Amino acid sequence: MQVRSSYDVMAVRQEVRAWAIAQGLSLVDQTKIVTAASELARNTLQHGNGGTALLEALQNGARKGLRLTFEDQGPGIADITLALRDGYTTAQGLGLGLGGSKRLVNEFDIWSRQGEGTRVTVTRWT
Amino acid sequence: MERIPILRMGRLLLVTVQVDMHDRLALALQDDLTTRISQTGARGVLLDISSVEIVDSFMGRTISNIAAMARVLDAETVVVGMRPAVAITLVELGLSLSGVRTALNVEKGMLLLRHATDDADDTLDAGAMSPPGDANDSPQT
Repeated sequence: MQVRSSYDVMAVRQEVRAWAIAQGLSLVDQTKIVTAASELARNTLQHGNGGTALLEALQNGARKGLRLTFEDQGPGIADITLALRDGYTTAQGLGLGLGGSKRLVNEFDIWSRQGEGTRVTVTRWT
Repeated sequence: MERIPILRMGRLLLVTVQVDMHDRLALALQDDLTTRISQTGARGVLLDISSVEIVDSFMGRTISNIAAMARVLDAETVVVGMRPAVAITLVELGLSLSGVRTALNVEKGMLLLRHATDDADDTLDAGAMSPPGDANDSPQT
């Protein structure tokens, strides 16, 4: 999915909700991953100058999961540790986007290189 | 552009968010609401989010901003009807909406606002009812 406007951020939320329901996530887990998706999609838009969101349905034995990958070719993050810290922001936000999203999912992975872009992958399991 | 309707009920403004808010809609609500408060002299704002399925940090900040702006315009804001899953997620995200009054439902929110705004008016009335002479007393020299 493209992430180019605040409408796209909303579309990502709706699609993630539909997939989370299909994967059998509980209501609270649905809410958590949709909220994380909203934060990360907004980061892609605001910090990465837009990018893409990829949704993947996972199955590991009896467990089902939902993996989301947000990727942009923006300026990248200079200091990931700092970017993950609550309250740190380069935009006018609250600085809760990255660190907050990490707390809302089971697995969190971030790759970023200055001048090349950023890729964040999150997974929530049933 | 679409707008979130703001209803007037006496001295209160009632806002029910029934759509998934994109960022510009949230900002438009913030602007519309502050304008309406100043136009109507409303003393309270009831923000019903019972249909809202997620509140992320942007929306959370917008809610806090609305409450702060309303307060500066002498109006109290009560956020009502937050879903349990939204509350759990908000706190884990790191947002506690500090400074924002909440109530479980519209009825309780209305009561809270009535109390808050009545108390303020009682204080005003009490001031107005003090003997007129008091205000005119000039210090003896």
